[in-house]
Amino acid sequence: MNIQLIALAFFDGVAYAALVFMVAVGLTLIFGVMRILNVAHGSFYAIGAYFTVSVGGAIFAAGYSHWLAFPLMMVTAALVGVVIGGPIERFLLKRIYAKEDVLQLLVTFAVFMIFEDVQRLIWGAQPYFDSSALTLMGNIEVLGISYTAYQLLFLPIVAVAVLIGLRLFLRKTLAGKLVQAVTEDREMATAIGIDADKVFLITFVIGAALAGFGGALASATTSVVPGMGADMIVLSFAVAATAGLGQVEGAAVAALLIGLGRSFAVYLMPELSVLVPYLIMLAVLLLRPEGLFGKQQLRKI
Amino acid sequence: MASNNCERFEEEVLNYRFVIPLGLIALVAVLPVFVPWAKIVLTLAFAKGLAVLGIIVLLRAGQVSFGHALYFGVAAYASAFLGRQFAGGELISMLLVGLLVSGALSIVVGLFVVRYRGIFFGMLNLAFSMILYSVLEKFYHLTGGSDGMQVARPTVLGLSLERDNFEVLLFYGTVLAAISAGFAVHKFLRSPIGQIYQAIATNETRLEYLGVSARNTLLTGYVISAVLCGLGGSIMAVAQGIVTPEYTWWIRSGEFVFIAVLGGSGSVGGAFIGAITYELVRTYAAAFAADIWQMVLGFFLLGIILYASRGLYGLYDDLLKPLDLKLARSRGAGK
Repeated sequence: MNIQLIALAFFDGVAYAALVFMVAVGLTLIFGVMRILNVAHGSFYAIGAYFTVSVGGAIFAAGYSHWLAFPLMMVTAALVGVVIGGPIERFLLKRIYAKEDVLQLLVTFAVFMIFEDVQRLIWGAQPYFDSSALTLMGNIEVLGISYTAYQLLFLPIVAVAVLIGLRLFLRKTLAGKLVQAVTEDREMATAIGIDADKVFLITFVIGAALAGFGGALASATTSVVPGMGADMIVLSFAVAATAGLGQVEGAAVAALLIGLGRSFAVYLMPELSVLVPYLIMLAVLLLRPEGLFGKQQLRKI
Repeated sequence: MASNNCERFEEEVLNYRFVIPLGLIALVAVLPVFVPWAKIVLTLAFAKGLAVLGIIVLLRAGQVSFGHALYFGVAAYASAFLGRQFAGGELISMLLVGLLVSGALSIVVGLFVVRYRGIFFGMLNLAFSMILYSVLEKFYHLTGGSDGMQVARPTVLGLSLERDNFEVLLFYGTVLAAISAGFAVHKFLRSPIGQIYQAIATNETRLEYLGVSARNTLLTGYVISAVLCGLGGSIMAVAQGIVTPEYTWWIRSGEFVFIAVLGGSGSVGGAFIGAITYELVRTYAAAFAADIWQMVLGFFLLGIILYASRGLYGLYDDLLKPLDLKLARSRGAGK
């Protein structure tokens, strides 16, 4: 493996990690606050991608500037969060918080199944592709390799911005502090007058929006096909578990680890590349059962 | 005297409660005679029901595996390989090899996963099943990739049967296996060892103070559940005549948990009621609403969880409650 191949694998891995992080961080945020593993998260990702590609295609076909692709991604994220995520939390999840974990998980699984068919009804089974955002940014040359600026610079920068933004939101703003208070101890937080319902709603909307944003960003780099949500949800589960469920910063590290591991495997042993994320996860959990950054839970006797 | 009365009352209630399920079993058993196409659908339903029975053992301990399709799939492929090796193969040996392979694999994987609880337990199982899924899909020169492998119709105790006769035999064999496995699991969960599983769900630390190893107990249950999934997988492979990586896909694992909750989480009867209902809804939805069958199932599941979280078995129970009361009252009046 020469230096160029290493660089290529590295770039692939970073770009991939940035996308996975976007989805996984939303998943882990929702889990941290609500203790629900949201299987429907994969649907938010897929819907984000489909929406961006189809609406973007319509806009560009009408002759508008291709630069609109970027604001469109933001709009998609907001729509997925507010129009899809909001009602799901309000009208569905809210009714099952008192039920067992198994049932909560199954409710999101049911939502996922419903959305799979909704996507197929709206967008059909054919692949969509629109790389306006990717081509607009052009290529840059590093170490003699020409690589797209979108994947090499834009995606990682956006991911880091989201990470810093989330961190600032959670640590510095009042809303963020309320979210953290509910995460730490829901009963106590409710007792001192924090409206846990509102916190749950906000968290879910933000989490869903992040997944939708991830899908919107991904749509420029790959064709949008049925089943992409299912693949992504399993992968982001792996990232979130490797990091330790509920760990926002940890998700970034785990996403990098798994992204890089996967892309190097693509070059070194392509047949095993799909396995690498799970092997990394198993290796981490063998050594640290709570995940890389997870805390040991107190056991009630 | 009072306790005696109580017992007699219970006996009577239980008796009439069992009349309907027994009638249903009888109905299911004779249905294929009149409706030939129901044979294969019901065989598949019972095969899945066996796997769901495995999920129920773990549910009793409060653990949900989102990867038990691993054992379903590994047994199916083991049967398929054996069948290919011996050009056709023998049904009994194909089922046995499925049981052996799923059992052996579950001991290895189980030693690792029983250290975890809750979401992590479910997730790790998912990871293992995804590993098998990728291997089956990638090593296509061995496994046929995503096209899968054909499974030729095996001989039964050396006899090679016509397709129709074979399907009849397989159907009744599966029903028999399902009833005996259901009975065995029912007995197991009521035995002292079975009671420990409930303690794992409620308070494991106390269990450890009593000197019982929660891990070892859970491992036993894990192997039992895997073997049940394996039996279901092998039967499904033979019944469908083809195995594909889809057998181990995580959605299939989700389906098992889905059916367990649909039937009534934790009850043995619920496993098969759920599996038959699920398979029928799926078949009809796929035939009449091919584009939206997943959506139909999704709404079905939401309805069950929101309005009848004890599942179909729970609904049945609730329906009979007024009858119970009436019976009790009439007994009281008669005295």
